[in-house]
Amino acid sequence: MEPVIFEERKTQIHRKGAEPFSISCNKSSLAGAVSQRACVFCGSRVVLYPIADALHLVHGPIGCAVYTWDIRGALSSGPELHRLSFSTDLREKDVIFGGEKKLHQALIELIDLHKPNAAFVYSTCIVGIIGDDLKAVCKKVQAEKGIPVIPVQSEGFKGNKREGYLAACEAMFQLVGTGDVSTISPLSVNILGDFNLAGEIWIIQDYLKRMGVEVVANITGDGRVADVRRAHGAALNLVQCSGATMDLAKMMQEKYGIPVIRVSYFGIEDMSDALYDVAKFFQDKDPEIMTRTQELVREELMALYPKLQTFRKDLEGKKAAIYVGGAFKAFSLIKSFRHLGMNVVMVGSQTGTEEDYRELAEITDEGTIIVDDTNPLELSAFIKEKDVDIFVGGVKERPIAFKLGVGFCDHNHERKEALEGFLGMYNFAREVHATVTSPVWNFTPRRRKSPITVPGASQSTEACTGKGRAS
Amino acid sequence: MKKAEPFVSTTNACKMCTPLGAAMAFKGLEGCVPFLHGSQGCATYMRRYIISHFREPMDIASSSLGEKDAVYGGKANLMQGLLNVIGKYKAPAVGIATTCLTETIGDDVPTILHEFRKEHLTSLNGQMPALIHVSTPSYGGSHMEGFHAAVRSMVAQLADPETAKHRGINLFSGFVSPEDIRHLQDIFAHFGLSATLLPDYSETLDGPALEDYQNIPGGGTPLDAVRAMPGAGASIEFGRTIKPERSAGAVLRDMYGVPLHSLGLPIGLRESDALFTTLETLAGCSAPRRYALERGRLLDAMVDGHKYVAGKKAIIYGEEDLVVGLTSFLSEIGIKPVLVASGGESGLLAEAVAAVTGEFPGDPPLVRDGVDFYQIVAEAEALEPDLVVGNSKGYRELARARNIPLIRVGFPIHDRFGSQRVLHLGYKGALNLYDLIVNALIEKKQEDSPIGYGYI
Repeated sequence: MEPVIFEERKTQIHRKGAEPFSISCNKSSLAGAVSQRACVFCGSRVVLYPIADALHLVHGPIGCAVYTWDIRGALSSGPELHRLSFSTDLREKDVIFGGEKKLHQALIELIDLHKPNAAFVYSTCIVGIIGDDLKAVCKKVQAEKGIPVIPVQSEGFKGNKREGYLAACEAMFQLVGTGDVSTISPLSVNILGDFNLAGEIWIIQDYLKRMGVEVVANITGDGRVADVRRAHGAALNLVQCSGATMDLAKMMQEKYGIPVIRVSYFGIEDMSDALYDVAKFFQDKDPEIMTRTQELVREELMALYPKLQTFRKDLEGKKAAIYVGGAFKAFSLIKSFRHLGMNVVMVGSQTGTEEDYRELAEITDEGTIIVDDTNPLELSAFIKEKDVDIFVGGVKERPIAFKLGVGFCDHNHERKEALEGFLGMYNFAREVHATVTSPVWNFTPRRRKSPITVPGASQSTEACTGKGRAS
Repeated sequence: MKKAEPFVSTTNACKMCTPLGAAMAFKGLEGCVPFLHGSQGCATYMRRYIISHFREPMDIASSSLGEKDAVYGGKANLMQGLLNVIGKYKAPAVGIATTCLTETIGDDVPTILHEFRKEHLTSLNGQMPALIHVSTPSYGGSHMEGFHAAVRSMVAQLADPETAKHRGINLFSGFVSPEDIRHLQDIFAHFGLSATLLPDYSETLDGPALEDYQNIPGGGTPLDAVRAMPGAGASIEFGRTIKPERSAGAVLRDMYGVPLHSLGLPIGLRESDALFTTLETLAGCSAPRRYALERGRLLDAMVDGHKYVAGKKAIIYGEEDLVVGLTSFLSEIGIKPVLVASGGESGLLAEAVAAVTGEFPGDPPLVRDGVDFYQIVAEAEALEPDLVVGNSKGYRELARARNIPLIRVGFPIHDRFGSQRVLHLGYKGALNLYDLIVNALIEKKQEDSPIGYGYI
């Protein structure tokens, strides 16, 4: 069989144990390789999208706005402005004569209509090419309307998703430091890199509340402009999706001296570690916090463990493949699968760094395939080679798994199941169990267990004559 | 909710962009890999969007342009991308659509492809795939313009002028569901007509469970069949709002003298009648009995159910030709279309709607083209519709907000299962829609009733 790996991509794939660790990453996607990656615009849109009381205006032709209209599961406890899709819907004449006037008009009318607390204006490929001065228009509207109007420099072709994350962080940093922080508790945090998919941030907030910790700003799940403005008053930044929000945390550390802890809320260890790390951080200010945290974790685990054991019975020894946007999520997933008695045999991400992949290589078993910025040809080949029982990814990866007769768990932004926290671990285990143990795999062509007589298997081209035994 | 004038921005668009339509059309050509010449995001976003509707793999390659390429031109990436697709996918055809980026930087795709063919013919051992290109700047219309332009490009660029005359029929069925395409194939087969349907994604976007992952799914209109289109006895093209410069049927008529029958999408009784009458003429025989029966069953159902639907008011939205067909159907079953809306801007919608509603009493529906969902919702306030007919995008603000049923048709449907299998066309499609509509209205009545009648 023809090798499916593109020559140019060979260095972006590492097989643990076969060779000393080395992987190249953070490069542009190979032309024609059908990368699973999106673009700079996507990166900034993902991060800023859940700020629910801001106007998110996409400056460009209609596509970029339409494909990002309310497809994600980020919930809001109040306003839902983020779920509308605003676009300047540029036409040919705007491309020729420039879209600045239209942008100005669109901003004015949308701000008048929706009274947002801030506006984010995303530049798309075309805006970068025709050279509209986004900054100038935003500045003008900000003066006219008295709300922050922030340009997000997210031209699709100017790098990959990571540059979009940075653009989003820079945009948010313009808000930070502009609000009143006088009433904030000394035991306070900002939650960064959680997007409140299916209400996940509310699970985490509940834990923090039980520990006696105040949450100042959600960045950005269930986010509010006013909270981001006073985020510099928090004592600590908790950064989950580090690729997306670490840049903002760094900026806040430099300017306001706010320390950072990297956390993950997925799986038992990482969730517990996150809470313990917060408790440790505040121990000096509140000596009781550790006891409260231990009680919380114990209580949650007592409820969770017996349920996990029932799933584990059926899942022991099964194999999993993971392909996600950010690599950090993969660490937690590997640990979570271990709790279910399962082994991860392939893991990859769209935007991992060399450090991420090195760490993945350290915590995975021999022979595990580690891959950067892959595509359907490679993914299907890896899944077959490793004969996996479940694939974890997003909507684009789902049909690859299903066509190969393999279970699937959506662990991307479109999912509508909460997977964070102890409750999330239960939901995850339940979903993995449901898909891995489904009876449908007994019948799918590639993985059917027993020989089944399939009608039409002979693929005869002749028409049926009806002269069977019954005649 | 009224918008302040002048309103120039779009809120919740009722359309998608031109390259998406082109990618859909290319997916219906056998062995073809759709390829977007632009930055990586476009291809990925469209894949994601299409996958969520069809629940099938949808590989769209990209030339993945970066900043340098945007400045110096995308030729090198396009050439390399093509080589990669051809090498790994072994694609017999690649459908190349431009994006707003490459249209604006001015990449001359036909010239680049010409050079590609010259440069690489030897390295590809003389096996040069069919490279079809279409210009689809996303600021130049909606996904329907892209769809029709790609179909037209396939015909114009693949048609073999030397092809021998044959008895086949060309069918350009437009942006319909895989189930619709399968139904059309059955109809033609039952008439004994050999048809070339373009595009045909009935298998490529609704494939069976197979032994192995298919890099290029089976199915699609055979390349040779498209090449032979100039020799056909006739072309049929669905769509009352296709402009001549977008029409594939017009290319074959004007360049090769293939007679063209322009029909509306055969949705409902009269538009299906028009198709079956045309087929009778082309086949030189009466419609097979099964269709007389299907038509009879449809009429019988229309009579049985007419009181459930009588006088109900509907808002219809989506692609222009789809809404014309739906408007025609709803009008004939006694539902009043009060608003017919589309994000498309062919300029032909009002006329087409008038043509299918004219014979019925009462005020004609409001027709709005070039609108977004914000405008549709604003109009809906005063119209007090009883139901909404269109894709998933009208659910939240339009149907749910008013607690009225949404009949899901068209594209995208990403909040229900089985969207590939929605049948819209022919008598059978009409009956399918009719049952859906009547049952939705019965369910609504039942649920709103304080008693909850279990016998209606």
